[in-house]
Amino acid sequence: MYAQMVKSTGKGVTPREEMSDEERAFQDRVDADIKIEPRDWMPEGYRKTLIRQIGQHAHSEIVGQLPEGNWITRAPTLERKMILLAKVQDEAGHGLYLYAAAETLGITRDDMTEQLLSGKMKYSSIFNYPTLTWADMGAVGWLVDGAAIMNQVPLQRTSYGPYSRAMIRICKEESFHQRQGYDIMMKMAQGSEAQKRMAQDALNRFWYPSLMMFGPSDAESVHSAQSMAWKIKMNTNDELRQKFVDQTVPQAEFLGLTVPDENLKWNEDRGHYDFSQPDWDEFFNVLKGNGPCNAERLSARQKAWDEGQWVRDGLLAHARKSAARKVAAE
Amino acid sequence: MSSVTPGELPDSEGKGKSPRHEWPLWEVFIRGQHGLNHRHVGSLHAPDAEMAIKNARDVYTRRNEGVSIWVVESRHISATAPGEKGPLFEPSESKIYRHPTFYDIPDDVGHM
Ligand SMILES: [Fe+2]
Ligand SMILES: [Fe+2]
Ligand SMILES: [Fe+2]
Repeated sequence: MYAQMVKSTGKGVTPREEMSDEERAFQDRVDADIKIEPRDWMPEGYRKTLIRQIGQHAHSEIVGQLPEGNWITRAPTLERKMILLAKVQDEAGHGLYLYAAAETLGITRDDMTEQLLSGKMKYSSIFNYPTLTWADMGAVGWLVDGAAIMNQVPLQRTSYGPYSRAMIRICKEESFHQRQGYDIMMKMAQGSEAQKRMAQDALNRFWYPSLMMFGPSDAESVHSAQSMAWKIKMNTNDELRQKFVDQTVPQAEFLGLTVPDENLKWNEDRGHYDFSQPDWDEFFNVLKGNGPCNAERLSARQKAWDEGQWVRDGLLAHARKSAARKVAAE
Repeated sequence: MSSVTPGELPDSEGKGKSPRHEWPLWEVFIRGQHGLNHRHVGSLHAPDAEMAIKNARDVYTRRNEGVSIWVVESRHISATAPGEKGPLFEPSESKIYRHPTFYDIPDDVGHM
């Protein structure tokens, strides 16, 4: 997902008898769906796991602007350009909402940025793939935002108040993202032979990386068990991936495109599609920093951070001066 | 979004590292077109009030969400402590006679 393989305490869920009074009261509140707010008592592991998860999610929104930003100046029409610009601008907002939610847990924005740049914090593997043609803007909106929505909709009910509120805001904006992507795909798939080929090629390249967004199977993971007990993870990775496949396959059929999976088949007994897993070695390799665009993405973030330094400094100096002048005048 | 959540202030115990030169944090309140109160919608960093309003406009009103924006620097908000929840809010829980549904008015009386 936008947050993949977030590690929690690593110890698994503490049995109720072994919990401290505070922990037990906390877990009771979570179980009763009472939101946890920033100044409430929370287990240290909950706070740390949330910082990692929300931070990773925020970084993904920001880095996720880069593959689409690539096409703003080359959009085929002025209307498409305005739409893409608005979509990318939304993603900047999503990053902001999430950074603000993470900050309530006691980490600063600058710390998060520095940890992203140093490689200590991650962002979603999906944004390390290149966007080679205009059809990729369709595939990204349709599949990548589509996969993100799968994860974000249940997270609106997460136990941490600020995170939940950020998710509610984000979900309101996301459906435009997916629909504009699908709209691009429709145009391409109903277009000339060359356009159809581009649409199919985009689906071919983005299908498995989109499935990877949900992360490897975590049915056995102690991290996931703890996160689910804390309600900062609402579904297993496999559940969400299956839901995504079930939803997306008919949409591909409508476009007249072929999902690049020979094993894709409706399973009457399960009531779900059977499908092939993505190449998990590739996934781990991308996470390690060896994807096609990892270096490019991080250097773009580094460049923006470095070149923005004088703006941040200048505005802060200006604000301090005018505050001092105001005090002097009073 | 719920209503004002002054809990969302930077942790005063400063569990994170101290911000070096970070712009201050502002809370953003927006009033929609239909006459309801300004409502807390989120926060952002900005060097001063003017920039905070400009940024709030760009981030929080991109889809006709509002016709008026307030920004308040977060450190100026005073809030109730989570520990006071009981003594502060429980007394109102038992006073059910403050609600109209407490009173049985016969149907014959008509709408009241
Ligand atoms: Fe987003
Ligand atoms: Fe996104
Ligand atoms: Fe999006």
